[in-house]
Amino acid sequence: MENFETVIIETDLLILGGGMAACGAAFEAAHWAKKHNKKVTVVDKASMERSGAVAMGLSAINLYMGLKNGKNTIDDYVNYVKNDLMGIARDDLVANIARHVDSSVHLFEKWGLPIWKDEEGNYVNEGRWQIMIHGESYKNIVSEAAKNALKELGDNGEYYERIFITEPIMDGGRCVGAAGFSVRENKFYIFKAKSVLDVMGGAVHIFRPRSVGEGLGRSWYPPFNSGASAYFTLKAGAEMTCQEVRFVPVRFKDSYGPVGAWFLLFKSKATNAKGEDYMETRKAELENWAPYGTTKPTPTNLRNYLMLQELEEGNGPIYMKTDEAIKELMADIKDEKQAKRKMKELESEAWEDFLDMTVSQALNWASHNISPEESPSEISACEPYFISSHSGASGAWVSGPKDLSPSDDYHWGYDNMTTVKGLFAAGDASGASSHKFSSGSFTEGRIAAKAALAFIIDNPDSATFDDEKIDEIKAKILQPLSVFNEHKDYTNDEDVNPNFIKPKMFMFRLQKIMDEYAGGATVNFKTSKALLEKGLEFLEFMKEDAEKLAAKDLNELMRCWENIHRLWQAESHIRTMLFRDETRWPGYYFRTDHPKMKEEWKAFANCKWNPETGEWEMIKRDIKELT
Amino acid sequence: MPSFVINEKCDGCKAQDKTACQYICPNDLMVLDKEKNKAYNQAVDMCWECYSCVKICPTQAIEVRGYADFMPLGAVVQPLRSTDSIMWSVKFRNKKIKRFKFPIRTTPEGSIDPDAGMETGTDDLKSPVLRTEPESLGIDVPVKVIENS
Repeated sequence: MENFETVIIETDLLILGGGMAACGAAFEAAHWAKKHNKKVTVVDKASMERSGAVAMGLSAINLYMGLKNGKNTIDDYVNYVKNDLMGIARDDLVANIARHVDSSVHLFEKWGLPIWKDEEGNYVNEGRWQIMIHGESYKNIVSEAAKNALKELGDNGEYYERIFITEPIMDGGRCVGAAGFSVRENKFYIFKAKSVLDVMGGAVHIFRPRSVGEGLGRSWYPPFNSGASAYFTLKAGAEMTCQEVRFVPVRFKDSYGPVGAWFLLFKSKATNAKGEDYMETRKAELENWAPYGTTKPTPTNLRNYLMLQELEEGNGPIYMKTDEAIKELMADIKDEKQAKRKMKELESEAWEDFLDMTVSQALNWASHNISPEESPSEISACEPYFISSHSGASGAWVSGPKDLSPSDDYHWGYDNMTTVKGLFAAGDASGASSHKFSSGSFTEGRIAAKAALAFIIDNPDSATFDDEKIDEIKAKILQPLSVFNEHKDYTNDEDVNPNFIKPKMFMFRLQKIMDEYAGGATVNFKTSKALLEKGLEFLEFMKEDAEKLAAKDLNELMRCWENIHRLWQAESHIRTMLFRDETRWPGYYFRTDHPKMKEEWKAFANCKWNPETGEWEMIKRDIKELT
Repeated sequence: MPSFVINEKCDGCKAQDKTACQYICPNDLMVLDKEKNKAYNQAVDMCWECYSCVKICPTQAIEVRGYADFMPLGAVVQPLRSTDSIMWSVKFRNKKIKRFKFPIRTTPEGSIDPDAGMETGTDDLKSPVLRTEPESLGIDVPVKVIENS
């Protein structure tokens, strides 16, 4: 591709991503980089004001500890998180985020985020760990702070937007940069760095979504988070953890509006079509998943599971009883004027919940003439996603902090460094530290960025960089454009050509395989060894066909690479589900050939791709509990 | 559709190097048709309906028509975003209209001081104390919080 200029940028700390974790990293890095005269470069596939999963806004911050008021202890939080994940969590990583997260939330408030307050001036809790916000501009505010922090560095603080990163650049076993391309102009980028922080989010559209027309884009987690994080760490040869721990959220049906406020703030119940509260009628099932199933709050995946059982028995639709919840909240108010005011307040809160973070759900209610105080709304299980910041756990296996991590296999020198020297991960890119959400991801980005700067000070030598390699990487990354140009004139339809495949059909093929063989939504999240092995066979064809991906322009080039990233996330998922021959999260996926939880699998299922041999290695690691 | 551009209202952001919607779309969907000088959504089935383009459009030329594969026609949800608040009008299929106004920000745009006036309690890169801590945390950073570690 001669008409592609190669741009080479040298920096000290390279932050890849633009979401909450990236903003936290930029904010923190700027402070320490300034003290030590180091350079920080942030590279974002979108525009930071609205990039990442908080693009639309949020109506709550789901992790606030309230440590200064003694509201909760870190032990309480660690216990809550690991119970929700059926015993599978890194206590050290969860505790590290929890001890700092309030600092981030207090900063958000000072920066201008409106947080709901009660009459005494305290934050309004939605649930034990969640606080309510007017969060339409949450991301705008946080990104402004991140950008202003970078500005403190003068020429040593850089932000590049609309650059899609795909390949790690390695010097032996050390990660020394990243390669990518502009999605707006013919420019190929090489970023050379002393340390790289991967904060490129989780993965969506690996599985076939329930809506496949226009609604394809209405995934719960955003469609632009396409597995770049996992691909990057896998390709660098880093060990990954919990790649089997997908997340299946239960949300308002089709538009996937949030249910947190309804369950926690409005104390609403969900029932089957007969009006039965399945959390009560199916309580006995939870004993099969003890001790987690019998500990409160009931783990997310088990709440899903009880609902899925209702549907399998033909008891759908499942309803969120918004009308009954509102009636209950209004029950004690006798004064007519007061009642009117209260109703208006509740109505406003209910709509804001959607308008702040899932506008589509408001549109859904309006288009179906639904008023929540008058009629209930359907809820359903979405398709699976990869998001370790919520109730999933997939991501890189990273070092914990020195003072909290119990042993050498949990701690190897720098907080949040992966098993690859110089490569750090946070947010949805790091695994086994679930429930960090927006505030915890921002916080983990801070922790990782500070540690990465410590690494840079300790490892000041510039990495050696083979320039011949640059041309090789460039040709590989731009290959879909050459494939298209070479063959496009053979047929009269730019999308149908025996010599190539376009990224959209490639994605649909992946989604179909994952849905049908790896336990997607249409098979009620069920799979088995035989099905997974068959799915893996089909992924082999996809890996071969990935060489024939074709792009007519830069936008399609990005789509090609997004789908290669998805393919790697998919393969690591199937391999890890095969490795763990038990069922541990029945509401996320169910191994029909191993329908029960096994004591021997109270362990991490890790995996690693070897860049030298191209082989996968599966690793079982102990869970070392601190509480 | 999801987001769509009203021909009459879109001016292609005139002489700007890119349109506001191109600048903001997190999924790189909005493009400018240079011949017609109108922006459009190039892949509506990859649209998250996040409304970033709707909120930023200087001529209010962008609206959203709900995903037709599961939403009946006729509803409109339209924001008007200012520097400190957002007004929403929600029009139902049955013509009922609701209006809401919410605060979005308590400080002027562009005014953020990252430290928010707080000091950082250490110069030690290896210490667990982060920027603005312990002040921003309100307590000393808990160290070795877990007894049997």
